[in-house]
Amino acid sequence: MSEPKPKQDEPIKRMLAPVRLEFTVSAGRDKTAFLGAIIEGRILGGRCPSCRKVYVPPRGCPTCGVEMVGDIPISDHGVVTTFCTVSIPFEGQTMKLPYVYASIVLDGADVPIFHLVDGIDAKDARMGLRVRADWRPPAERKPTMESIRAFVPTGEPDAAFDTYKEHL
Amino acid sequence: MATREIAVVSFAQTNSRRNELDETEMLLPVITEAVKRSGIARSDIGFTCSGSCDYLGGRPFSFVMVIDAIGAWPPIEESHVEMDGAFALYEAWVRLQHGDIDAALVYAFGKSSQGDLPDVMVTQLDPYYVAPLWPDSISLAALQARAMLDEKRCTELEMAEIAVRNRKSAKANPHAHLKGDHLAANLLGEPYAVAPLRRHDCPPITDGATAIVLAAGDLARKVCKRPAFIRGIDHRIEPHALGLRDLTRSPSTKLAGERAGVGKGKIDVAELHAPFTHQEVILRDALGLGAEVDVNPSGGALGANPMMVAGLNRIGEAAQRILDGKANRVLAHATSGPCLQQNLVCVLEAE
Amino acid sequence: MALTAPYVLEYTYRRSVGPVVGQFLTGLRDQKFLGMKTSSGRILVPPPENDPETGETLSEMVAVGDAGVVTTWSWVSAPRKNHPLQKPFAWALVKLDGADTAMLHVVDVGEGGMEKMSTGMRVRARWKAERIGHVTDVACFEPESPQAVTR
Ligand SMILES: [Zn+2]
Repeated sequence: MSEPKPKQDEPIKRMLAPVRLEFTVSAGRDKTAFLGAIIEGRILGGRCPSCRKVYVPPRGCPTCGVEMVGDIPISDHGVVTTFCTVSIPFEGQTMKLPYVYASIVLDGADVPIFHLVDGIDAKDARMGLRVRADWRPPAERKPTMESIRAFVPTGEPDAAFDTYKEHL
Repeated sequence: MATREIAVVSFAQTNSRRNELDETEMLLPVITEAVKRSGIARSDIGFTCSGSCDYLGGRPFSFVMVIDAIGAWPPIEESHVEMDGAFALYEAWVRLQHGDIDAALVYAFGKSSQGDLPDVMVTQLDPYYVAPLWPDSISLAALQARAMLDEKRCTELEMAEIAVRNRKSAKANPHAHLKGDHLAANLLGEPYAVAPLRRHDCPPITDGATAIVLAAGDLARKVCKRPAFIRGIDHRIEPHALGLRDLTRSPSTKLAGERAGVGKGKIDVAELHAPFTHQEVILRDALGLGAEVDVNPSGGALGANPMMVAGLNRIGEAAQRILDGKANRVLAHATSGPCLQQNLVCVLEAE
Repeated sequence: MALTAPYVLEYTYRRSVGPVVGQFLTGLRDQKFLGMKTSSGRILVPPPENDPETGETLSEMVAVGDAGVVTTWSWVSAPRKNHPLQKPFAWALVKLDGADTAMLHVVDVGEGGMEKMSTGMRVRARWKAERIGHVTDVACFEPESPQAVTR
């Protein structure tokens, strides 16, 4: 951080006031279980005992305010509900432009996760596209969503709008 | 001014310690429990207010994440203060004065263990003259303790005795974090943390969450056998510049106590939010509490100090003694800012 | 065991200081302390923008000394990473000569430890050679002289 030095005869008008704090953040119980399963190539959800909705990752039900019960295995196949096409470069990008970032409702879940869609030309991305997780090899998996390289088309027929319109 | 009768009807808290849960996971069971104990349906709670500090977890707007724990659907009326939950309770009390709703939920959470708490607390200080020096919270409290010793308002032995008493009381509190039997004379053999404070003079670093349900007059009587009615509540703040204050006195506590009507009757139990031993002396003095008052039977903030929660816990612990039929008139105090800058006093009574 | 991850929160704030703080910081750069005179004649250091008692806007700034008296102090034997001194030192509220209020800074006692500190002792600012208009332009305060200690 550098600041042009004020001239010695000019009044001070600004000062640097940096704040740097280091934390060790905890993923908590539910996300720890979820990310542990991701390393094993499994996706976990949780079912709200009140509204019966299945959340991925498992978490307290945000509409009912109650704890979820159990770890529900969720399919790694799903449907693209909505998406965007990224055409601008930014730092840390790993995908070749343009690429598709999508909201994906996995089979058995009631809320979407967000991930990359690959194996398809960006201009062919569409709502209703059936996709599956392309897992990295077990030795390369870490407790992050990057253990799924991307979602890729399954080749199945597109899902009908009525089957996922609730999740938009 | 006639105020509407508002009572604490339920209180629930985490087992305060360092835990592995995230903020929402800490809160969810506590809110569920407090609402259940209140006997009031969630849908009948007209207002929700919380207290927390984003800097504790280093995540701006972290209070938005924990909204999951209250089930904000259909959309609810909600507010938040970047302060101890006791000040959120004050806001809820004011909201209930409007008269159009009869119940409110107040909660607070703090996961202090994720960062370097004494340094995190620097972010609350004057950013021009003070914070650039990074005076941590223990160092500032130690300046106040030194002033107390210089003024002969207490001795290091008396400070150690306060630590001994609070940690002994904490043994009876299943939610407390730091508890046990100590001898004051032995504690004085320990090295200083930041002189004149030793480790026993300082609070533990605790994670925790607390929820309280407030209800107005008739609803409180309907759902609760012995509601803890808030008969007075007030908070006052002093200038932030330490050099402008007499650190050995707490005029803001004194004034808030007078406004809350502390002196109108006998106090059975006082829960004082004194994270550092010498601060209990300042607060007792400001509130005019004699030796007959049972101070911090819960172990106080020296027994468990979840940041942003410990003040609300004082109200909860004091109120619980009324709910349980163990006391008739209690006092709760909460503080915020360095060296007791801002203080809230609440007087609760059984009918 | 819950998963954990290191996380750094960093803000590179550059603050506008306004006229009052600006004059104080300019004074530090020029190796002097400025205080604020209130309508009741008190001189407050560091200078506030408003009278803490009346809220009145203040503007009359006056120079005070760069030495003064310790009104209270605490002793750090193990400095934290962010502390201004990386050796045992004292935090102190210092009432500068000519001021009515004390300001927070650190005291370096040189050789020795907390036995060198006492409430009421006189200390003098040690200025940094290169000053930028910041409260750390004062490297620290130092005991003025062994004889000057008064109680
Ligand atoms: Zn639900």
